[in-house]
Amino acid sequence: MATNSLAWKIGGEAGSGIKVTGEMWARLCHHLGLNVYGYTEYPSLIRGGHNTYHVFADEQPIKSTTERVELLVALNKETIDLHISEMSPGGIILYDGEQFEIDEAEYNVSFVSFFSVPIKRLAIEAAEMDLMKNTVALGASCALVKVDEAVLNAVIEKIFSRKGEKVVALNQKAAKAGFEYVRNHWDKEYEYSLVGRESEPSLLLTGNEALSLGALAAGIDYYGAYPMTPASSVLDFMAAYGPQHGVVVRQTEDEIAAINTAIGASLGGVRAMTGTSGGGFSLMVEALGMAGIVETPLVVLESQRPGPSTGLPTWGGQDDLRFVLHASQGEFPRVVLAPGDPEECFYETANAFNLADQYQLPVIILSDKFLSESIAMTPEFDNEKVTIDRGKWATDHELNGPERFKRYLDTEDGISSRPLPGKEGGVFLANSDEHDEFGYSREESSTRNQQNNKRLRKLEHVKQALPVPRVYGPLSAEVTLICWGSVKGPALDSLALLMKTGIKANVLHLVYVSPFPSEYVAKIMQTSKTTIVVENNVTAQCAGLIREMTGEKADHLIGKSDGRPFTPEEIMREVNNVLK
Amino acid sequence: MSEQKTTINDFATDLKPTWCPGCGDFSIWLALRQALVKLGYQPHQVMMVFGIGCSGNMCNFVNAYGVHALHGRTLPTAMGLRMANHDMPVVVIGGDGDGYGEGGNHFIHTLRANPNITYIVHNNQVYGLTTGQTSPTSDLHAKSKTNPTGVIDEPINPLALAIAAGGSYVARGFSGDIPGLTQQIINGIQFRGMAFIDVFQPCVTFNKVNTYQYFRERVYNLEEAGHDASDKQAAFNKALEHEGKLPIGVFYEKERPVYEYSFPQIEEKTLVEQSHAYKKGERDLDTIIQEFR
Repeated sequence: MATNSLAWKIGGEAGSGIKVTGEMWARLCHHLGLNVYGYTEYPSLIRGGHNTYHVFADEQPIKSTTERVELLVALNKETIDLHISEMSPGGIILYDGEQFEIDEAEYNVSFVSFFSVPIKRLAIEAAEMDLMKNTVALGASCALVKVDEAVLNAVIEKIFSRKGEKVVALNQKAAKAGFEYVRNHWDKEYEYSLVGRESEPSLLLTGNEALSLGALAAGIDYYGAYPMTPASSVLDFMAAYGPQHGVVVRQTEDEIAAINTAIGASLGGVRAMTGTSGGGFSLMVEALGMAGIVETPLVVLESQRPGPSTGLPTWGGQDDLRFVLHASQGEFPRVVLAPGDPEECFYETANAFNLADQYQLPVIILSDKFLSESIAMTPEFDNEKVTIDRGKWATDHELNGPERFKRYLDTEDGISSRPLPGKEGGVFLANSDEHDEFGYSREESSTRNQQNNKRLRKLEHVKQALPVPRVYGPLSAEVTLICWGSVKGPALDSLALLMKTGIKANVLHLVYVSPFPSEYVAKIMQTSKTTIVVENNVTAQCAGLIREMTGEKADHLIGKSDGRPFTPEEIMREVNNVLK
Repeated sequence: MSEQKTTINDFATDLKPTWCPGCGDFSIWLALRQALVKLGYQPHQVMMVFGIGCSGNMCNFVNAYGVHALHGRTLPTAMGLRMANHDMPVVVIGGDGDGYGEGGNHFIHTLRANPNITYIVHNNQVYGLTTGQTSPTSDLHAKSKTNPTGVIDEPINPLALAIAAGGSYVARGFSGDIPGLTQQIINGIQFRGMAFIDVFQPCVTFNKVNTYQYFRERVYNLEEAGHDASDKQAAFNKALEHEGKLPIGVFYEKERPVYEYSFPQIEEKTLVEQSHAYKKGERDLDTIIQEFR
């Protein structure tokens, strides 16, 4: 019997409510006190195509998706064809035999049960709505894994209460229909069940939701963006929840306007942010340098999807590390950070605003589709751990001195205090041209050297202020997996699987990739027995960076670029392969 | 506005303008400073945004808070500044290449948004700073370094475009008429909404056709001609006049909701005031977080 460990998947056409249903199942598992990870795949279209939502629930901590499926809800035949190979022994495929016929023999699998539930008929009988199919399927799923109907009713009430009693009642009716059908018609054994357990309070949310909350906690004032998957949900979130907290949100005409409005707002003295994916970031690149040379704080989210060009719009990857590290002409300081899970999205976004303000430079948050759109269990956020540091502002004493105020004063740490525009005595020019200490255009070699060196000097100081990367798992291990950003989840989840194959491994996860924590990483590289860099690209972008920054070469590389996330099983297999 | 006596010299930096002798940019520089003085502003009370080009080089000669923005990106920069602080007047200076070429998309969409800014375009129908290439407003068949046999593209009509895009204040000035231009800038700054002023500004070095003489022979004043600036159709018809006589003055003027005044969350205090008063934990995020529990 497998209790409290279940991989559930629903598949069907785009537009048939797959995502909402998947999230409801994830919330149900969360409600039961289990650890949950929910991952969705969908094509870049609104109707048709193939959509899935995979929810893995377990008592053990889980931070990634898995290749297992024990309960597959197939809203069409394609779902069975595509995913039957993922089924675990003893798994059930739940489908609507009144809508499409299948020949079980065609699949030639003896260890999986097929179970036809008239999902559509039940939905129409119970709620007179085709769309209620999904809720019927949830009710049926609950009955199969022996979850009490009341639990599902409570989750439905929580999710739909905002839409009114009628919607709640209809959904509960549809759920009941599915539930009772299974109770009356399923007479076989099913070894998977969810009984729930007591657990600490936690949150179930996406990286983008956590990042948006982090920005709100940090006091974001302006968010300007142009919709682009997988960053759009931050714009949607900000538009929905920002105004009640004083945030001004603008959907701009393009990404160029998005970043330039953010720069304008920041120059005006507020905390400003923009967000996009690689394509939109390409358009923002010139303005990134503008923020660099006028030394205005700016937070930019770049949530990666596989390129080049429009690429795979609704899939994920880590193709853009080298791009964001070097984007824009000229040399100027920037910070690039890559959170690994929603918890880091929250705290590191809040910190990004501080770094931007303290060092007056652009800070890029590098996420990706897997982190931005998957839902993961996260400890409650602690506002006490959020700090707010607005950096150096010109005092009245500085502004009213005998000599004219110098906005770009050449200081020891490279940071000069900035006046709030409108303040008497603070007049300066934020100049995209190279400039003198007042901001006026100058092209003399001495001025150029002074200002360029001043700006770049900030990097040495910001580097000292950044936290060192973390090593997870046993301190002493035969194998050290090195990863950055969202690969943290599958890498951590692979450790137990690796142990089963006799490999004792740990994980070095990089959040801050620029400025690079060279000394720390060099030490790890030198003291580890075997190092393997795992990243979701095939040009070894991080492995190359490590070599450049530390002089150390990783022993092995594991990469991929198919738009899909690493699974722990895949990392386990690949590690075993490279160690052969 | 302060009663303190300021002069046009207070709005000038110590730096000597770098324009060609006789350049129309001098007149706009002067008219701008006169307007700011007449409106009673002091340098620290004004935010200027400059584009890239000969016009944008004015950034070094105007003593006020300023941004020398990226080429074509003055308007989004100005939007951001207004959202941060809607108590500070924002005046934008740019050229025809900057605003109608590189920044054409922002021109359309900022007019739609209607922030309370004044946008002055030095329209000399040529690229001056890069020494004589075709501009979006270059006349059909005009010869330039990049169109040695003549321009093929129809010139952009900034006035008609602005009216069509929803511009609430659409005007044209002439740098040969400094008093008139000064008054236009004053009216533009006082207008509640986006005041767009396209200015005929002869380039004495790279445009030998559209000269002071050329414009003096052709311009006439819309107000004197009895034009009704509240009539959008009439304004559009006037904007389409480009052969023979060239109208200057206000083509269209009609107040409508201003972008940055449309947010309840910044009705009482500016965004920047709220920003600097913010203390950690002040935002109660629990009602949002509750949905994720």
